[in-house]
Amino acid sequence: MEQMKILLIILFSAVFVDNYVLSRFLGICPFLGVSKKFDQASGMGIAVTVVMLIATAVTWPIQYFVLNALNMGYLQNIVFILVIATLVQILEMLLRKLSPALYKGLGVYLPLITTNCAVLGVTINNIIDGYSFAESMVSSLGCGLGFLLAMVLFSGLRSRINESNIPTPFRGLAVTLIAASFISLVFMGFSGIVENIFG
Amino acid sequence: MEILIAFLVMLGIALAAGLLLLVFSKLFAVEKNPLEISVRECLPGINCGACGYKGCDDYATALVDGTAKPNLCIPGAQTAADAISGILGIEKVIVEDVVAFVACNGNCEATSPAARYDGVSTCKAASMLYGGPGSCRFGCLGLGDCAMACPSNAICLADGIAHVDTSRCIGCGLCKQTCPKKVIVMVPQESAVAVMCGNKQKGADARKACKNACIGCKKCEKACPAGAITVVDNLAVIDYTKCTHCGNCVDVCPTGCLRKVFFPDIPEGCDVQSLID
Repeated sequence: MEQMKILLIILFSAVFVDNYVLSRFLGICPFLGVSKKFDQASGMGIAVTVVMLIATAVTWPIQYFVLNALNMGYLQNIVFILVIATLVQILEMLLRKLSPALYKGLGVYLPLITTNCAVLGVTINNIIDGYSFAESMVSSLGCGLGFLLAMVLFSGLRSRINESNIPTPFRGLAVTLIAASFISLVFMGFSGIVENIFG
Repeated sequence: MEILIAFLVMLGIALAAGLLLLVFSKLFAVEKNPLEISVRECLPGINCGACGYKGCDDYATALVDGTAKPNLCIPGAQTAADAISGILGIEKVIVEDVVAFVACNGNCEATSPAARYDGVSTCKAASMLYGGPGSCRFGCLGLGDCAMACPSNAICLADGIAHVDTSRCIGCGLCKQTCPKKVIVMVPQESAVAVMCGNKQKGADARKACKNACIGCKKCEKACPAGAITVVDNLAVIDYTKCTHCGNCVDVCPTGCLRKVFFPDIPEGCDVQSLID
C-alpha cells in the first residue's frame, strides 16, 4: 500500500507539478512547433509518451548494469542519446511496416523526437532522483502524459487565438509565447497540492 | 586502461545499436514500387519543390499514382518529362520552360536609398523595417536573399540589385518564394520582353522614386499589335500567351523598363562564383 502511494505521488507530480513543458521548460520545440492543430498535437504527445516509456525501460538497466557497474557514470549523456536515437529509428521502421496510416499521420514528428530534450531529460532525471525501475517507468508515464496534456491544452488555446482578433504587433509568435507563459503560470498553482492529497 | 574500457563500452553499445538497426531495416523493409524507383531516377533529385510536391520522392509517388502530370519538373526539363512518360506509358506533354527574372531595374544610378539601413544584412530583415531603405518601396533591396536560396548559383548582386544568369537558371522558383518584395517573377524562357519594374505608384511618384520605373503611360499598350500588354495599377503587365515577340513595346517605352530579357543581362563585375565563395 505504501509503495502504491509513492507511485501515485510520482505519477501525479510528474503530470501536474513538475510538468516537463510548463514547469521544467523542456521540450519547448515541439510544444511551440506542433501545437497548431489538435490531432497533430495529440499524436505528437502520444508518440513522445511511448518513446519516453521505451527509452526509460532500456536506459535504466544500461545505467545500473553497465555504466554503474563499470564506474562510468560520466558516459551517461552520450550513451543515452545514442540509445534513444536508435530506439526512435527502430520504432519508425516498425510503424512504417506495421501501421502505415499512423506512420503517415506522425510523419516528421517521429524523427523530431530523436533529439527531443524532454525524452533525454526524463531518462536522466530518473537516474538523478534515484528511482527504482518501477518508479522510473511510472515517472516516465507521468512525464509523457504531462507532455500530452500540455500539448492538448495549448493546441486548444491556439485554435481559439487563431479565431480571435489580435492587435497587429502581437500576431504570430508573440501572442503564442504570451499564451504559453499564462499556461505555465496556471500550472504553478499545482505545487504543493499532490503531496497534500496523498499525504 | 580506464579509457580503453570506456572506449570498448561505447564501441560495444554503438555496434549493438548499429546491428539492431540493420536487422530491423532488413526485417521490416517496406517494398517500394519498382516503377517508382525508375521514375525517381529520371528526376534531378535536388528537391527544389518547383513541381509543388515535397521533394523528388514525393513527386515520383504522385506520378506513379497517376495524380500528377509528368511536365511539372522544371529543372529536369523536357528530357525528364519524356523519360517519365516513356516509363509510365502515358502521352508526352510539353514542359513550359520558365526562368527567374528580376522585375526591377532600380540600380544605384536610377534610384537612391531614402534612409541608411544598418541592420541585419538580409532582405527579409530590411523589408520588415518600413518596407526597406529604398526610395521605391516596390524595388529590389539588393541584399541577396535570392542568391542564398538559389541552388544553381545563378543569381549575383551588382549595382544594388540582383541579376539572374539565365543560362544557369533552372527555373525552380525558390528565389521567387524567398524574395520579400516579390520582385522576382517567372517568365517563359522563349519570351523576348519583360517588364523590369514592380512600382504601382502613379507616374510622377514612380518617376520620383526611380528613373527607370514604369510610369503607366500606356504607350506599350497601344503599340502592341497582339493586345498582349495591359496597364494594371499603373504598371504594364504582359500576357505571354498572346505575346508574339515583335518587340514594338521595347521601342516605344520612354523609361526603358520594358526590356528584352536575353540581352547580356549580367553587368561587369557581377561574378556569380565570387559571390558564393
